[in-house]
Amino acid sequence: MKKIEVIQNVLEANESIAKRNQQLLDKHKVFAINIMSAPGAGKTSLILHTMSRLRAKLNIAVIEGDVASTVDAEKVQNVAKAVIQINTQNMPESCSLMAAMIEPALKELPLDDIELLLIENVGNLICPSEFTLGEHKRVVISSLPEGDDKPIKYPLIFIDAHAVIINKMDLLPYVDFDIATFRHSIAGLNPKAEIFQLSCKTGEGIEKWCSWVLKQLETNAKTIEASHTS
Amino acid sequence: MHELGVTENIVNIALAKAGEAQASKVIRINLVIGELSGFVPECIQFYFDSLSKDTIAQGAVLHFESVPAQLCCRDCSAIFHPEDTLWSCPQCGGQSVEILKGRELYIESLEVE
Repeated sequence: MKKIEVIQNVLEANESIAKRNQQLLDKHKVFAINIMSAPGAGKTSLILHTMSRLRAKLNIAVIEGDVASTVDAEKVQNVAKAVIQINTQNMPESCSLMAAMIEPALKELPLDDIELLLIENVGNLICPSEFTLGEHKRVVISSLPEGDDKPIKYPLIFIDAHAVIINKMDLLPYVDFDIATFRHSIAGLNPKAEIFQLSCKTGEGIEKWCSWVLKQLETNAKTIEASHTS
Repeated sequence: MHELGVTENIVNIALAKAGEAQASKVIRINLVIGELSGFVPECIQFYFDSLSKDTIAQGAVLHFESVPAQLCCRDCSAIFHPEDTLWSCPQCGGQSVEILKGRELYIESLEVE
């Protein structure tokens, strides 16, 4: 019997495809955001609001990840420059998008004609935290009816997020969600995360979120440009 | 829930490394798995048994070495193992923490013949 030292990250396969995806996006100057949340927290609503606010300034494409159906793709197709629906039910994993699922979708998108790519992950707070897709920013939405304890129950997804959105703020008078407790948990796990309080129902707070998206996109474009000239 | 893809990677890595070593059989795969990683060893083993069928890794034992979570308090720099769901620092009670260990998932070594 012989022992072979390996020391190889099992997630490396996903990570190397994710890196390739990001290089392709950078080459075409496309800024990508991976939007994650539990089912029903408002990923599609946020995408619709973001597009209606930013479509005058940017060409936006959407990748929709769902176990089954094209319901979400149908909702966004009139507003988006291009939409790709990924159904994960027949894939090796159905609980999350993975870099290898994004790669063929990027080939189908008119990358030269878009500036912003919004990727709606499968509704799940566990699995998507393990897989990067090639996105530039990771965003997690928590909505008030879910309760303020989600960061404690599912810390990993919040630890890696660049921004955390508290959605359905219009329901605050009706649910037991303590904003301060939630913000305190996020600040503890991930002090760098931006926190946005908004409502996709009333539109409250959407503008602030969209300004952040625009700013991140511009910063990313400058970083890419600087790396080309240096 | 998402162990199938990960197990495919484990089988691929094991077969590639065993191939390089011109081994005829993989006896054991030593994996290191963090306490906070979302992967379930029993589930990986289940998929492994099916994915390794008719390969030189069929019947190999998967050995999981668990790495306990290790957190660092951002307020007082204490390093500790989380004892409650809030991940509070036992020294100062702070809840601003950084994960030092516990998210890993890698193949440490293979035993072949």
